[in-house]
Amino acid sequence: MLSEWFPNVVMEDMWDATYETLYMTVISVIGTLILGILLGLLLFLSERGNLWQNRLINSVTASAVNIFRAIPFIILILLLFPLTDFLVGTLRGPKAALPALILGAAPFYARLVEIAFKEVDKGVIEAAKTMGAKTHTIIFKVLLPESMPALISGITVTAINLVSFTAMAGIIGAGGLGDLAYLKGFQRRDYDVVVASTIFIVIIVFIFQFIGDYLSKKLDKR
Amino acid sequence: MISIQGLSKLYKTKHQNVQAVDDVSLNIEQGEIFGVIGYSGAGKSTFIRLINRLEEPTGGHINIQGTDITNLPINQLRKRRQKMGMIFQHFNLLWSRTVFDNIAFPLEIAGISKSERQEKVQELIDLVGLKGREKSYPSELSGGQKQRVGIARALANDPDVLLCDEATSALDPETTDDILDLLVSINEKLNLTIIMITHEMHVIQKVCHRVAVMDQGKVVEHGDVLDVFVKPQSKTAKRFVQQLNPLEHKQDSLKRFITEDESTEVIKLHFIGNDAKRALISEVVKTFDVEVNILQGSISPTQEGAYGTLYVELNGNESVIAETLKFIEASGVEVEVIRDVK
Repeated sequence: MLSEWFPNVVMEDMWDATYETLYMTVISVIGTLILGILLGLLLFLSERGNLWQNRLINSVTASAVNIFRAIPFIILILLLFPLTDFLVGTLRGPKAALPALILGAAPFYARLVEIAFKEVDKGVIEAAKTMGAKTHTIIFKVLLPESMPALISGITVTAINLVSFTAMAGIIGAGGLGDLAYLKGFQRRDYDVVVASTIFIVIIVFIFQFIGDYLSKKLDKR
Repeated sequence: MISIQGLSKLYKTKHQNVQAVDDVSLNIEQGEIFGVIGYSGAGKSTFIRLINRLEEPTGGHINIQGTDITNLPINQLRKRRQKMGMIFQHFNLLWSRTVFDNIAFPLEIAGISKSERQEKVQELIDLVGLKGREKSYPSELSGGQKQRVGIARALANDPDVLLCDEATSALDPETTDDILDLLVSINEKLNLTIIMITHEMHVIQKVCHRVAVMDQGKVVEHGDVLDVFVKPQSKTAKRFVQQLNPLEHKQDSLKRFITEDESTEVIKLHFIGNDAKRALISEVVKTFDVEVNILQGSISPTQEGAYGTLYVELNGNESVIAETLKFIEASGVEVEVIRDVK
């Protein structure tokens, strides 16, 4: 029945493309998580009245984040070609998409991280100070654990954005399900391949959402 | 033990300067429960936060057991803070940690080993009466239980002073009493100095040995709780004392007993400490030719002994009444002739 509805779909290609999409998404989620939390921390801590209150750092970070968020992803990939070439050594394949994916998603996630930190009860941070906690203790033992559910739902939203970014990256040669849908589906007028790729992408998104919701709920003891 | 000299905090904003704490000087003794009372905006919360430098003072000195807190560099201040527990109106527990882990938190900060933490936390859980709730999360506890966790956490590093910032203001009256009882028993058991900020006179009455009344950043009055209760000097202190004494609200009902007639007087008697137990009225009736009509009375216990208030009407010859008043005064009970009701 499957071959009746999807005559041009080659399962082997589908799995390869799915693997590439997952590879790009998972690595870029990890990269985004690290870079985004660092940027978010910098934004939060340098704000007025916070631990590292510093106007210069705050405005520089905020501007960088805003600029990167303003650039449409498809253009960001093009702009980053020289950087990608330098870092990865090639402009094709899933690996080549990673710098753009991470730089595209991290500023967005950084803002979500900042919001998550702002939601942490100021009184709890104050309580930690009265116990004589150092700044790194406050970051690792108060800020991060107390904002964990928000950090996780934030990365879930970001991961889903990243899945659609990988599809865009696919169109300019990064591989994955977007690439498959465009090259082997759209350009050959084999629309069943486009539909099949879409179904796979939707399933991936659902799985990410499910994992994110589950973890965020499980960790939330409020 | 704690000596505060000329402590000030000035908040500067673009539009105005606010003198939140204004030249406060106080001495707090080892092992006492010292209350600070004031209406909101009086500067009492800022005051207590200056003591552990959650807010930086803009003037003055705080000396705790010979160490000038105000001059400590930040890393030494952190070390010192470990020996100054603090509890809060809204408890400020970490929701992501269990009761056990919340209490262990200050021990982690102090770098205590895991096995020692285990032992100490268990001891504290017993002390504050939370046995069996170790694995609960704060969201599963009542307000009173949360404050017990707060207290245990504040005591974890064996502090020499406990700062309480409106610690019972978010609790219902019954729970407030439980928490206050717990604080008193800790004060007695550990000989721990406690500084308590509140806007409830009831709290001061129940647990404090001495009290300072704050208004507009200044300490307008301070002394033994009993003295302030019986003879409040400042307007603010008088308002607080009135608030507590139910009779003060019912002065209207005295109105119809107050007359221009010289042969009847309404008088207010203050009994303090052991005087409260004397049979003064029957002595008066036996000694003088006056009629005593008891109008209303109350008795309030404080940490330093009870104090009572009694309103009576005296009927008799003008000169006998004068003699009676002298007799009462001589017996050590304070008398006030009421001629006017607010």
